[in-house]
Amino acid sequence: MSAGAHVTPTRPNPVAGFFKIEGTATALVFLVLIVLFMITAPRAFLGYRVYMSFMASVPPPLIIALGLTLVATAGEMDLSFPSVVAFASYVFGFLFQQYDMTWLALLAALAVGTAMGFVNGLVVTKLGIPSMIATLAMMFLWGGLLTVMSNGVSIAIPDIQQTLLNTIMVGRIGGIFPAQMLWAIALSVFIWHLLNRHRFGENILFIGDSLKVAKVVGIQIDREKIKLFTLMGLLSGLAGVFLTVETTTYFNQQGAGYLLTVIAAVFIGGTSIFGGSGKVAGTVFASLIVAVIEAGLVASGVQGFWTRFYIGLVFIISVVMNTAIEDPDKVPLIKSLRSRMRQ
Amino acid sequence: MTSTPIVRLENVRKQYGKVVSLKNVTLEIGANEIVGLIGDNGAGKSTLIKVLTGVEQPSSGTIYVRGQKIDAASYSVKEAHKLKIETVYQDSSLGEKQPLWRNFFVGRPLTNRFGFIDVKAEKRVANEIMRSTIGFRGVGIDVDTPVSRLSGGERQGVAIGRAMHFDSDLIVLDEPTVALALKEVNKVLDFIRSIKAGGRSCIYIEHNIHHVHEVCDRLVVLDRGEIALDAPTSSLTYTELTDFLMSLHKPGAAAAN
Repeated sequence: MSAGAHVTPTRPNPVAGFFKIEGTATALVFLVLIVLFMITAPRAFLGYRVYMSFMASVPPPLIIALGLTLVATAGEMDLSFPSVVAFASYVFGFLFQQYDMTWLALLAALAVGTAMGFVNGLVVTKLGIPSMIATLAMMFLWGGLLTVMSNGVSIAIPDIQQTLLNTIMVGRIGGIFPAQMLWAIALSVFIWHLLNRHRFGENILFIGDSLKVAKVVGIQIDREKIKLFTLMGLLSGLAGVFLTVETTTYFNQQGAGYLLTVIAAVFIGGTSIFGGSGKVAGTVFASLIVAVIEAGLVASGVQGFWTRFYIGLVFIISVVMNTAIEDPDKVPLIKSLRSRMRQ
Repeated sequence: MTSTPIVRLENVRKQYGKVVSLKNVTLEIGANEIVGLIGDNGAGKSTLIKVLTGVEQPSSGTIYVRGQKIDAASYSVKEAHKLKIETVYQDSSLGEKQPLWRNFFVGRPLTNRFGFIDVKAEKRVANEIMRSTIGFRGVGIDVDTPVSRLSGGERQGVAIGRAMHFDSDLIVLDEPTVALALKEVNKVLDFIRSIKAGGRSCIYIEHNIHHVHEVCDRLVVLDRGEIALDAPTSSLTYTELTDFLMSLHKPGAAAAN
């Protein structure tokens, strides 16, 4: 302690060290669930098919969850993404069906998602409405606009399967492995770097940590928030296209089912509900957890109605655990237990 | 040194709606001097600092930095940083959940041209600042430690170390000793002396008159948005200073304004 040469007197604790690596806790929960379902539903979970089906269905909600992880890190919320997903789906499906567009339809869908995200950002920053409420309103607004434009009809585009775009986006590598999972992984790596290694991510971390601090260190808060919601719109649009190309359909309620599971995935993954800390790796594994609970419970013979119940249970437990890891005193129950133990 | 002052405020006025926070303030901060800024709550200290450091724009008046007139409309925190003016706010200079290395560089990270941060370089420099500039021989504190685990005095040290690293000529400290234990207060006063020793200037805003009198070269008293006193510390004793401050609260003094 005298010379001050060593600033890091690390106490080697391999267990704590392991859990310090981002996402390990969530990954562990995922593995436990898999092993559990291998016991309760061996027929499904010992074969490879169920995993291939996850990898086909998880990418769209995962891509949205990546964006929402950044939004939550900034201490904000976006509830409008189901409508953005549906809108981008519709634009893509419509342009393909009517004009045989593929890549142009993709670009148009992404542009629409980006523009909607940009408008969301403007509403949040320039009108000063808390984002939870503003984006709830925008969910109705975009959803309503879509219903009017599409007349509420669905679009089936089975021909999309003959296109190059289909092969590149959602083709089956080696006949079995869904390509969208590779895209989702690549995107996850990119978003991780954006949050943890980029100026933009650092600004988001400080905005979520404290607006006052962000202001005095010279971060342009409104500009960064608008960028953030715009990116969220772009990712939601991309998720919408992946979903439409995979399922070869657009329908009015597309994306609506993602609302709760995506939010759950973000916070199960360890991103702080108070902002200022985001866990991209946690989000990836938590997205898998949410999917595996849905499939695993059904395969284990539990009635389908129970899946939401269990996701809710995992959600509560994870958020409490993550909060306690961040600061035990933020959980009143743990705080009072600790103070009683000290007496 | 009789060089041009680092900062000069001329007839600066700041108004929030109908509330006038600063009326006609003229103030100079010279090179390598520690100026104590004293005043009651609501005297306009915070507003003065915000105007000086680009957080808020003045309603009227002019700001000169090293003799050059500043365009008030485009004066911002970033501009102030470029002009080597740094502020350390009592409780809002550091991101609680963020590691120390991020806190050293936030707002002006070392990035490549795509905006990606050079984490290794930032950690190395942060480590140097901690060891040499602010002398942390912390048990269990390293560049990866989140700010939430530091004591109040250590936080001030980090913020002051950051300001010195970026070669600021003028460091503004906003009540750095509020809510600190005595031992921690002494650490902060030492940090302030190291600012002077490093050839820089400092504006030290404080409630505790005793601390101000101890470390400052010059004292400025702000009262209801106006400068009531601007004198070298050596010209008044501690008792004279307190007497003067008490006199401001007498009804007669208010009528004189």
